[in-house]
Amino acid sequence: MKTPSGWRSGDGALWLSTGAVTLTLLLTVTLLVLLGRVGFGHFWPEPLGTFTFHPGTAQAPLVAAQREQGAFTLAEGGMETRTLLRTGNRDTAAPDFRWIADASLRSAHFDPAAIELERRSWGPALGLLAPPKAPAADRAALAARQWARLEEALALPSQVRTGSLTLYSADGSARPLPLAEVVRAWRPNAMTFAEKLSLYFSRIGAFISEPPREANTEGGIFPALFGTVLMVMLMTVVVTPIGVVAALYLHEYAPQGPLTQMLRIAVNNLAGVPSIVYGVFGLGFFVYLVGGSLDRAFFADTLPAPTFGTPGLLWASLTLALLTLPVMIVATEEGLSRIPRQLREASLALGATRFETLRYVILPQALPAVLTGVILAVARGAGEVAPLMLVGVVKLAPELPLDGTFPFLHLDRQFMHLGFHIYDLAFQSPNVEAARPLVYASALLLVLMIVLLNLGAVLLRAYLRGRHRDPLG
Amino acid sequence: MTDTPTLTFDPADTCLKVEQLSVSYDGKAALREVSLTVPRHRVTAFIGPSGCGKSTLLRSFNRMNDLIRGVEVTGQIHLFGEDILAPKVDVTVLRRRIGMVFQQPNPFPMSVFDNVAYGLRLQGLSDQRALEREVEWALRSAALWDEVKDRLEASALTLSGGQQQRLVIARAIAIRPEVLLLDEPASALDPISTLKIEELIGQLAEAYSIIVVTHNMQQAARVSDYTAFLYLGELVEFSATDDLFTRPQARQTEDYITGRYG
Repeated sequence: MKTPSGWRSGDGALWLSTGAVTLTLLLTVTLLVLLGRVGFGHFWPEPLGTFTFHPGTAQAPLVAAQREQGAFTLAEGGMETRTLLRTGNRDTAAPDFRWIADASLRSAHFDPAAIELERRSWGPALGLLAPPKAPAADRAALAARQWARLEEALALPSQVRTGSLTLYSADGSARPLPLAEVVRAWRPNAMTFAEKLSLYFSRIGAFISEPPREANTEGGIFPALFGTVLMVMLMTVVVTPIGVVAALYLHEYAPQGPLTQMLRIAVNNLAGVPSIVYGVFGLGFFVYLVGGSLDRAFFADTLPAPTFGTPGLLWASLTLALLTLPVMIVATEEGLSRIPRQLREASLALGATRFETLRYVILPQALPAVLTGVILAVARGAGEVAPLMLVGVVKLAPELPLDGTFPFLHLDRQFMHLGFHIYDLAFQSPNVEAARPLVYASALLLVLMIVLLNLGAVLLRAYLRGRHRDPLG
Repeated sequence: MTDTPTLTFDPADTCLKVEQLSVSYDGKAALREVSLTVPRHRVTAFIGPSGCGKSTLLRSFNRMNDLIRGVEVTGQIHLFGEDILAPKVDVTVLRRRIGMVFQQPNPFPMSVFDNVAYGLRLQGLSDQRALEREVEWALRSAALWDEVKDRLEASALTLSGGQQQRLVIARAIAIRPEVLLLDEPASALDPISTLKIEELIGQLAEAYSIIVVTHNMQQAARVSDYTAFLYLGELVEFSATDDLFTRPQARQTEDYITGRYG
């Protein structure tokens, strides 16, 4: 027998499909590496250089970190390489980022007395702990003294700190920096690798666990992370039962005719409706109609200030539940149709009613499919931004929607969301360069969060598939 | 079909009485005016080539045909004198009286114990000790107890095909039906498992009226007391098994059992 050759051998198809998978994997890895490098690289303590410039450029010496290098085409022709310097000190020496032509740079050295301070306002302060022109011995002593004082102050809560630190700029001018303002400080040029590593992780930890500052360009993203997770959970709680019951009706009860088929097509089409349309619907239906009616019925004494008649967590969750409902229904129905007819017959032949068969045989078998639906719904819902802007997500929410005061879960509150946070950082930020790494870091966290939520559902599904459930116990 | 060679039984010994039963799916006739009586506490076999309507007839007894869209049933079936095709009949009650075992072993994806206890629990039996007693009785009756008594909590899907089929029989008899319908119960099994099932059928006949559908004539000859031969939706002949296989009355029966077609 002759071995088939060419396309018929199937080798081509194998290569093609392997190639497609490789490409997908490569893209995913590239995405994660890019997000991780730019986003989380931001938290690594960068060396601080003291830069001096050629006299002709009229640029005073600077303490700065090198951010990136780029080449620019000049108007007169020719190329010029430039460096982006992060200089901080937005309050005294704006701007805090500047491009400097490499040709104008005269010297750079890395002073161990250089310090970076994270402040409560105005972004980071960069400077030297001792005047640059002083004798080396004096400098070292002064820097050590100031650093000791700073460490002592940082151990105290900011409210009880007094006094200030003297920060010297590269040209020797001094200015006081109130200790109460300082959040964190480090001397990158004098740190060992281990110290840098520990600082790196503590900054990442703070990024995840702290609220934002400075128009979201400083501080952490905890409220956004929390709001996203809470909203996705509420959404899941709403969408799962509705989706399952709807799928059960479509698959088990509805007479299989053209009407049901049309219903099914309609559900599938809902999955293709642009998400912003759901946002508009949520605003019009949930917020104004339902919320407004609730206000008139139960919160009439506080009107015209709305309680539920305004965008909030509940309406955002419901809107997303509506948006993910088709996914849920389709996945569940898929699972139901995979259950062998023999199992249904076995149950019915034992005198079970249709409902008992559903409850004790079909549903337990369909549970993995339901969880697949949940996974897809979470993946879709967590990444959605556009509709949320209309129904409850804000740039900055002063309070978390879950706290210690009654009724603990505040469904009427507006909340922050990672997806919107990324949009806000990327497009609405007053300080683009400062916000840029945070865009990547937030995006990476959003991806990781969705991966974690999915992983939880996948593990649960694997567990449910692995055991057989007691039907009536 | 007045000339169909058939048997009648004394009303006290009659389990199921079928009169002029016709079943069609979407207008296509599967059974045409079948009339026969099934004796009580005996094994009755339905034989015939594929598509002859023997499974349809069987599924009419516990009204499993109701589940199929486009089915139309005319005629009458009486179970111990009760009309079971009447609209007011509660099919769940009927199906508890008439148990069924299918061609493919179809245990639920649950433990061995839960499989057998399923029907009992549906009837509201929740006392653990009573459940254990009934499950053990059913498994012993199905000649499976000795093989599974140490793994009652194991998944039923870990059993072999033959064990699964006996488990399904145990599940069916756990709720103590009056009639047991077996739809080609051994056709998916190996010869040794088949033998066990056949032995089991013989034992169960002491307590139940059994109807077994098979396309295996030797099996029908081995296990049944009476045999009905169906062909193209019609009852061709119904008589005592020995008579049917040694002195067939109808020409079609003779052709079939001698292997001229089938």
